[in-house]
Amino acid sequence: MRRLTALKAALAVGLLGLTSAAWAQDPVKIGLILPMTGQQASTGKQIKAGVDLYIKEHGDTVAGRKIEVILKDDAAVPDNTKRLAQELIVNDKVSVIAGFGVTPAALAAAPLATEGKVIELVMAAGTSIITERSPYIARTSFTLAQSSVPLADWAAKNGIKKVVTMVSDYAPGHDAEKSFSDRFKEAGGEVIEAIRFPLANPDFAPFLQRAADAKPDAIMVFVPSGQGGTFMKQFTERGLDKAGIKVIGPGDVTDDDLLPAMGDAVLGAVTAHFYSADHPSAKNQAYVEAFKKANNFRPNFMSVGGYDGMHLIYEALKKTGGKADGDTLIAAMKGMSWESPRGPISIDPETRDIIQNVYMRKVEKKAGELYNVEFATFEGIKDPVKAAKK
Amino acid sequence: MLTILFDGIAYGMLLFVLACGLAVTLGLMNFVNLAHGAFAMAGGYCTVILVNRWGIPFLAALPLAFLSTAILGLAFERTLYIHVYRKSHLDQVLFTIGLVFMSVAAVDYVMGSSQVFVQLPSWLEGQINVLGVGIGRYRLLIIIICGLLTLLLQFILARSRFGSRLRAAVDDQRVARGLGINVGGVFALTFAFGSGLAGLGGALGAEILGLDPIFPLKYMIYFLIVVTVGGTSSITGPFLASLLLGVGDVAGKYYMPTLGAFVIYTIMILVLIWRPQGLFARGGAR
Amino acid sequence: MSQQPPGEEIARRLVARASWQPLEVLFWAAALASIYVLPGRHLILTEIAILGLFALSLDLILGYAGIVSLGQAAFFGFGAYAAGLLAKYDLVTEPLLALIVSGVAAALVGFVTSFLVLRGSDLTRIMVTLGVALVLREIANRYAWLTGGADGLQGVEIKPLFGLYRFDMFGHTAFCYALGVLIVLFLLARRIVHSPFGLSLQSIKGNPVRAAAVGIPVNGRLVAIYTIAAGYAGVAGALLTQTTAFTSLSVLDFERSADLLLVLIIGGTGYLYGGLIGAILFKLMQDYLAALTPQYWPFWIGLLLVAIVLIGRERIMSWTKPIRALARRLDWRRSTTAVAVEGQRP
Repeated sequence: MRRLTALKAALAVGLLGLTSAAWAQDPVKIGLILPMTGQQASTGKQIKAGVDLYIKEHGDTVAGRKIEVILKDDAAVPDNTKRLAQELIVNDKVSVIAGFGVTPAALAAAPLATEGKVIELVMAAGTSIITERSPYIARTSFTLAQSSVPLADWAAKNGIKKVVTMVSDYAPGHDAEKSFSDRFKEAGGEVIEAIRFPLANPDFAPFLQRAADAKPDAIMVFVPSGQGGTFMKQFTERGLDKAGIKVIGPGDVTDDDLLPAMGDAVLGAVTAHFYSADHPSAKNQAYVEAFKKANNFRPNFMSVGGYDGMHLIYEALKKTGGKADGDTLIAAMKGMSWESPRGPISIDPETRDIIQNVYMRKVEKKAGELYNVEFATFEGIKDPVKAAKK
Repeated sequence: MLTILFDGIAYGMLLFVLACGLAVTLGLMNFVNLAHGAFAMAGGYCTVILVNRWGIPFLAALPLAFLSTAILGLAFERTLYIHVYRKSHLDQVLFTIGLVFMSVAAVDYVMGSSQVFVQLPSWLEGQINVLGVGIGRYRLLIIIICGLLTLLLQFILARSRFGSRLRAAVDDQRVARGLGINVGGVFALTFAFGSGLAGLGGALGAEILGLDPIFPLKYMIYFLIVVTVGGTSSITGPFLASLLLGVGDVAGKYYMPTLGAFVIYTIMILVLIWRPQGLFARGGAR
Repeated sequence: MSQQPPGEEIARRLVARASWQPLEVLFWAAALASIYVLPGRHLILTEIAILGLFALSLDLILGYAGIVSLGQAAFFGFGAYAAGLLAKYDLVTEPLLALIVSGVAAALVGFVTSFLVLRGSDLTRIMVTLGVALVLREIANRYAWLTGGADGLQGVEIKPLFGLYRFDMFGHTAFCYALGVLIVLFLLARRIVHSPFGLSLQSIKGNPVRAAAVGIPVNGRLVAIYTIAAGYAGVAGALLTQTTAFTSLSVLDFERSADLLLVLIIGGTGYLYGGLIGAILFKLMQDYLAALTPQYWPFWIGLLLVAIVLIGRERIMSWTKPIRALARRLDWRRSTTAVAVEGQRP
């Protein structure tokens, strides 16, 4: 009798060993779809660098399975994203599609995640609705509402009464505009003009002039990562800083990557965001140092999206013992929490969206370089758009 | 709003310096050089390196940017372009687009894909107030430099010996050769000069247009618009067209932010329906 | 030859020209075979078929009527959005029917804008067509409540083809569908260019003044072919929407028109297969290079384009024997065109 159980046990162990051996043989493939060329190329580079850094630090094997990242360039064109995602799922049999530099790209791939039961891990795009488009989507970046709502609170409390909003005319911009304006008006502020400019836009001058002529206390601005520099340059060129108009906004405009090149003009700009290269934690200092060593640029908020995305995949795989099918993996991801270079973060078990701290920061000079220096924290912010829907 | 008018003029002037080299190669040499923007980008990055890394003053960096881009243009003309002059326009499109793709990727590789900026001296930042009109100092500088350049160009083309040689070479290559004009040399110099101007435009425009590796693709359409609307037979045409488009674009975006981008395209279509050879064409089409 | 009256000789040649060549049969046999031989590549093959159809539309106007356009994306995009909206709001649920409706809609836009391209030099035409595409793009961007603006048209659901074949994830249905449409439209295009109408177009391309002098209604013919080509582009766009169940502003991008021109120049104009061959070469090249170096693939594409021009397309063509044979045949066709058209009139 006892022998039989032993035999059974041995058999079971053997079987287990066999299956895990089988797993060990074929790697977990991650399809990383990023804009590596075109207008959003800097976003792609940042995320790629974050992903690479994570793999370098933590090895390329998790729970006995090798991690294989397949990088594809979609140039931020959603048709490309869709085709690449489809090919990755069908031909390369990836377990996770990740990346997605812009919202339309993330949305385009969502039906594929559902149909193929594959995790779609959003590492950059910041529109609220994305995670609702498939039960297999999780996000490690941010939503614009997350930073815009605390920003409105802060602005209302700090003597800013009249605001002109200026946003890029696409979903994240609309999110930022709406969540900021709603909250700001609730708190007694006034939005005197809402300006939207096209996503691809050569010259901000006329829009800025229009904003300036409305004579606001502050301009709330959202431009996608990479365009902030031109905006700030033209803001100072108009002499708006001297006219006493403040720049506030989600942190995209004072992107850490471009900040050093923007010049002293940006000093004093106040933004709300989830990550600053200056975040005062040991984890972040180590991160920034390692990042700069591996690349010749500073990490920005996009890079931590990639870094944390890899962390989420690694930890989820550890939890499932290497099982990588969509349902198991997404279940493992829900509710996961950890300490990221940006601070404590977790994945909301209900919405699969990220919960994180939002920091108020001001641009200051530290050791000759410009940084977003954090001065206040709003803790554990859930995506306000989805929270409001309940 | 005089400030808007001023901004529009500065923007138009900038477009002119960027595009006039293209007008020269297209109109005078009958060569479709879509890679024109790549030379502008080269000038821009050259200035960034000179000013930011080597600490050369901005104003001194401008002529250097002109010179280095001109040399670059000359080198390309002698080695590559010279083989393509006689090919069909479609082949020229293929060839120059190829060059654009290469330049975009190469700059991305060398300089990174983030936007870069020239560190301007502080006396060029901000606005001065003249009779209640806010005038951007940097834009004023653009207007001055570009205005002088336009006069110089007009003089060279219309009055100088080189200008007459160029016009002769364009009108009838064979006869010009027979008269002892070194047609190849004239073309090479013209091309180099056009590239140099683009480089200077890139150096000046980096501040306003933003400089990143996809610059040549992003602004290719604008250059082409300037050249077609202005017509390719003179320098005055593209100049006035640039001003028209600059002011139209800026004013359109200011007064009708929601319709802003329509303005420039609509102007172009209307002008081309009305005058298919461009606003200021003389005589027949090339 | 001297015994035959010239008219009969020309008629004989024209018939010979319009007859199917062995290489053509081989080409289409290979295309059909790819359904079974390359099941794993159907996704990219679908894209190639769509790009090929799109390039065919440009070839119709550029290769046969001599109209250079840098704005074919206007019609492509219009067709794409039309198909997307028809499906999204359940206006026309049968994909094939929706495809036809979208194509006709795009052709209408083509008809309306065709009057803009009748005048002016190549450069003027390039810029006017480009302008039309850019304005349409701005309109699509502006009316976001209808088109989704910069976020793309979301929530497009394509019903099964003929109510039977669902568009599967592996792209099998999509490829068979796209290939079928391509073949039908190609046959139609082949019929058109070999018809008297097509021949009159080629004479207009050769010399519009002379064509008008022999009694060809130049403007009417140009409007007609431009409209047809717009319809082709619209169908290609609609195919893209239907096979991806999604569309976005990128269908109207300048880059799309520019890439199209590259594709057609690579393949060669004026023999219908140029666009198809160009599409195959360009897409495969791009796919291969982008897989090798996702960041810097444009450099190598650029290098290839430059090399193609510097080496000369003819020389490259002559490197492979079958293609040389094809090219020879084509050369003969071109040289007889002018004679043929004149001789053909009673």
